[in-house]
Amino acid sequence: MTAVDAGMVIVGAGECGARAALALREGGYQGRVTLVGGEPHPPYERPPLSKDAMTGDDQPSPRVIASFEQLADLRIAFLAGSPVTAIDREARSVVLADGRSLSYERLLLATGSSPRRLAIAPASPRIAYLRTFDDALALREQMTPGRRVTIVGGGFIGLELAASARRRGAEVTLIEAQERILKRGVPEAVTEIVHKLHAGNGVEVVLGIAIVSVEADNARVRIALADGRAIEADSTVIGIGAIPETGLAAAAGLAVDNGVAVDARLRSSDPDILAAGDCCSFPLAVYGGRRVRLEAWRNAQEQGLLAARNMLGAGENYASVPWFWSDQYEMSLHIAGLADEGVTTVRRDLGNGAFVLFHLADDGRLVAASGIGPGNSVAREVRLAEMLIARRAMPDRARLALSDYRLKSLLAA
Amino acid sequence: MSEWIEACSADEIDEEDVIRFDHGNRTFAVYRSPDNEYFATDGLCTHERVHLADGLVMDDIIECPKHNGRFNYKTGAARGAPACVNLSTYPVRVEAGKVYLQIG
Repeated sequence: MTAVDAGMVIVGAGECGARAALALREGGYQGRVTLVGGEPHPPYERPPLSKDAMTGDDQPSPRVIASFEQLADLRIAFLAGSPVTAIDREARSVVLADGRSLSYERLLLATGSSPRRLAIAPASPRIAYLRTFDDALALREQMTPGRRVTIVGGGFIGLELAASARRRGAEVTLIEAQERILKRGVPEAVTEIVHKLHAGNGVEVVLGIAIVSVEADNARVRIALADGRAIEADSTVIGIGAIPETGLAAAAGLAVDNGVAVDARLRSSDPDILAAGDCCSFPLAVYGGRRVRLEAWRNAQEQGLLAARNMLGAGENYASVPWFWSDQYEMSLHIAGLADEGVTTVRRDLGNGAFVLFHLADDGRLVAASGIGPGNSVAREVRLAEMLIARRAMPDRARLALSDYRLKSLLAA
Repeated sequence: MSEWIEACSADEIDEEDVIRFDHGNRTFAVYRSPDNEYFATDGLCTHERVHLADGLVMDDIIECPKHNGRFNYKTGAARGAPACVNLSTYPVRVEAGKVYLQIG
């Protein structure tokens, strides 16, 4: 079969891929743009899947980034429900599951990540993972008043689902193998607050105990723990992290290093193939080129936008500081930078239980900020801290603790 | 119809900052610009109904605290993904140290 000339081809129609497609048009590109997605829906936002899609009205719909009509109006060819099976670098084409072949001028891999599977868990309709809108709809049905749900994993997905399940009236036990929740990337002072919130909202949190077996029949899921306990529930959700979707890249011989390995311009080891979002690992300039992979909404969006500019020849480096938030009941936590880059911490209290921790490197440089408080009460301070981190600022340690010391004044300096 | 409502004292808002003002069942964001002028918009981001008053004001831009959608608070114009729907703006006047909105 001969390949269809598809112009700029984007594989993956999540936040990153969709933003890239739109940005190609915003950047004035007039040629063909083809966006290939594995799901039947128009591109949609994933953050609500663990939150509003669970707790909202009876007929949730995905929060759409661009509708089929909007994409058509922009002359973006959107191939929904079309998994890609291979990249043929020599022919400069991608092959779809239905046998079609699309030749590309440049290719962007925005394939995202998929939930890490718990190897000892059997396949069962009562054992679920969360990645897609359809996953979320199925999960909603499990989280009804009086039903008992076990959640495996005390990361952000597990915790947000626990909060949503409680809101829907389900009984929740959350099992985390580590000795505290959110161990990766969140300071202990913040996780303590999150832990108390969940306990106060009736979530039973089981910490530091390994799971030895998971059994499911058509009514119950039984999880046996290393201390001899067994936890029974009507259903189980597993949220133990995500793994980058690198299968296509690896099979095509592209360098893979905890994600499709890209340079600061998001180019893979084949300069005509870029990768962006959850599926790629990239050097973070602000930490001396430390290679990281992020699973965060804004990173997906910003890298999608940058990839589009670079597909058009801009040659720009990715220079953002990692930033994300998570809603937990009436509180939100916001984190900028990578807290493990810090060696000392300065705490600033903002009132109403809200506080921000500033993480400083040994030379006094601000490298991260983590905050938690009611609503979005820490958002502004953490956002300002993010800008200061990008500028490699070295704020006065004693004054940082004072809430009337305006971070914005440091930006002007 | 278009009545003037007292929102706050002029000095309750720092320069280049924003506060939230609730009136009836509506919520607004009231801004003081770096050049000491006052403005008002709807209080909730058009993208996901987040209170903009928790966001960051930089020059004439308000940035949503959750998704970094940006708006020019003087005109209401959306200025960056994911925000694509403009904010409504409201006339503001300052008299005797008080800020009034015409919310009609």
